[in-house]
Amino acid sequence: MRRRWMAAVAVSVAGLLTLSACGGGDKQEGGGGQAAKKVEVFSWWTGPGEADGLKAMREIFAKQNPNFEFFDAAVAGGSGDQARALLSSKLQANQPPDTFQGHAGAELQGYIKSGKLESLNFLYDELKLKEVFPQQLIDQISVQGQVYSVPVNIHRSNVLWFNPSVLKDAGIDGAPKTIEEFITDLDKVKKAGKIPLSIGSQWTLVHLLESVLLGSLGTDAYNALWTANADWSNANVTKALENFKTILSYAGSPQDDWQPAAKQVADGEAAFNIMGDWAYGYFHNPPEGGLGKESHKDFDWAASPGTDGTFMWLSDSFTLPKGAPNRDGAIAWLKVAASKEGQDAFNPLKGSIPARKDADQSLYKDYLSWDLEQWANDKLAGSIQHGVVANDQWRQAITDAVGLFQQDNDVAKFQQALVAAAKNSGQ
Amino acid sequence: MRRWLPGLLLVSPSIILIAVFVYGLLGWNFKLAMTDKHDEIAEIPGNFVGLENFTGIWSEERWGLSVRHAIVFTLVFVGGALVLGWFLAFLMEKGIRAESGFRAVYLFPMAVSFIATGVVWRWLMNSATGEHAVGLNRLFHYVGLDFLQWQWFRDPDWGMAAMAIPAIWQMSGYIMALFLAGFRGVPEELREAARVDGCSEWGVYRHVVLPMLRPVTLSALIILGHISLKVFDLVVAVSGKQIITDVPATFMWTAVYDSHDPAKGATIASYIVLSVAVFVVPYLIWDARKGKRS
Repeated sequence: MRRRWMAAVAVSVAGLLTLSACGGGDKQEGGGGQAAKKVEVFSWWTGPGEADGLKAMREIFAKQNPNFEFFDAAVAGGSGDQARALLSSKLQANQPPDTFQGHAGAELQGYIKSGKLESLNFLYDELKLKEVFPQQLIDQISVQGQVYSVPVNIHRSNVLWFNPSVLKDAGIDGAPKTIEEFITDLDKVKKAGKIPLSIGSQWTLVHLLESVLLGSLGTDAYNALWTANADWSNANVTKALENFKTILSYAGSPQDDWQPAAKQVADGEAAFNIMGDWAYGYFHNPPEGGLGKESHKDFDWAASPGTDGTFMWLSDSFTLPKGAPNRDGAIAWLKVAASKEGQDAFNPLKGSIPARKDADQSLYKDYLSWDLEQWANDKLAGSIQHGVVANDQWRQAITDAVGLFQQDNDVAKFQQALVAAAKNSGQ
Repeated sequence: MRRWLPGLLLVSPSIILIAVFVYGLLGWNFKLAMTDKHDEIAEIPGNFVGLENFTGIWSEERWGLSVRHAIVFTLVFVGGALVLGWFLAFLMEKGIRAESGFRAVYLFPMAVSFIATGVVWRWLMNSATGEHAVGLNRLFHYVGLDFLQWQWFRDPDWGMAAMAIPAIWQMSGYIMALFLAGFRGVPEELREAARVDGCSEWGVYRHVVLPMLRPVTLSALIILGHISLKVFDLVVAVSGKQIITDVPATFMWTAVYDSHDPAKGATIASYIVLSVAVFVVPYLIWDARKGKRS
């Protein structure tokens, strides 16, 4: 009897100890005056290219800031789904990293509204960043005159990728300039027996939608959709959605993601694909990370139909969360991210262009030099899918509407859903 | 010294843990579902709104769709795994050679996670047809059964039935093991008696063995049912978070992490718990009664 008692007590005490052990911990961080202070940089750059770019920036940071130690808190997963889920729980618990990556623009609005981010106007003034970033970019990422993030790079969303030989076989002599031409060309390809347009999973359709909206409505009307008195119910939007429906009717069967869809174009199975300019690296890079294709010969690009002269942009940026444990370290990182040196080290590796206007043009070759030229001269419009114009709630509502439309093809219902999405976004 | 005290002390850590981390959080979830906290990041507590979220969600098209998908998936998966598992056990029960080898082979898929299963079946169930076909569609093409090619999980009406195929593949071996134990639990004397009374071999199964398998079938039904209603990993591994294969659990994920709407996520979670409870609670009651009787 006695022995059984002892055993029971021992086991339950051990159990309780384990319980309380879970509550402790996390006390050691931040201590130590002599060792270099850690700067926790939270990103989702873990893939080939982007991780190399981050490393290059990190080396510059280490050289300029010997008293800080860079701590890479990257969370794997393309487009940052997992990273953002983890981040929001960290911010909710008021345990922010020192600085985190976010798409510049409306995606950060939730954080801004609830006061989780510090305004970076002081840094913009100190570094005179308003002079080196395009004015339109500053306008599109400002919230009531305040800027909350430092854009490191720029990607272009409205790019039409195509296979020149498939186009030739179908009797098309160049990339279509307007949506109407595009539809005619899609039909020609279909008659020639190839897949006219390759598509991937659901999000690639949202990506397609933003290009079709921009191409059908024009830049000013598109940009107006994201302002306070936007009208999503008018006849022009209906027309744009009808176009979207017609274009989708030429799409091949949906692939798993954007890469297999792009590969159909590279392999000559499909003629067109609309995807952001990260597709260039996939087409062009040597076979370990890409398809090793030759530009202008195996694949080619143009502005997506009807959007020539407008650059639909998205951008990765870094922020300064309120209550960052190492605020000075975070500011030092933001300075590297904003600098010409930092951006020129990062972007050629990542396959994007710098947000700064004074970049070293000789570093950007082939597609990127075209991209850089367009960036300098085009009007700007923001991407939906990649967090520029719509906050998360709005974007998710649009994504849902596209997913449902994919099933029933009902334009009127689709438009109603988009009207409701704009109304309920709280933006 | 009381006799039950040491025992109670021994289980108390687990009772405390379960009380806090299962039932406490369950209660917290229901409470959250009854508030208007539709913003994850802002530090607002959320006001009590009663069952507004629970009724409001039915007007959302996506919710109706995901419920429909869950029902189709559950019917096909539970039905398929039960029938296939029973059939495999039926074959084994006849005492074939190398039975243990077969048993191991059929049980193996159980050891694979739904994620791994999903990744493989995503490729097998590629929706491309004709000359671009890969996976199973390609196989059909090779053997000249092109008419069998279809969109698999991308089919708008029956896509979720295709989604159930990997789940059936994974779980039917386990169901087989359950049924096999059930078959073996039927005393040989009873079968003999039936045969002596002039029962055909099929009649023995129909009237003697099957009725005795009822408890096993019920357990299998509950195990499969609760897996099916909260399925998430398999769906995400096969198709990601696409509306075409939306189920309540994936909807919950997007509600919480993509639209930042905790109250809606909690509402969906509550519905999932309730639907699983519909399966489990009657079983627990039945089990408790049976325990009392014996």
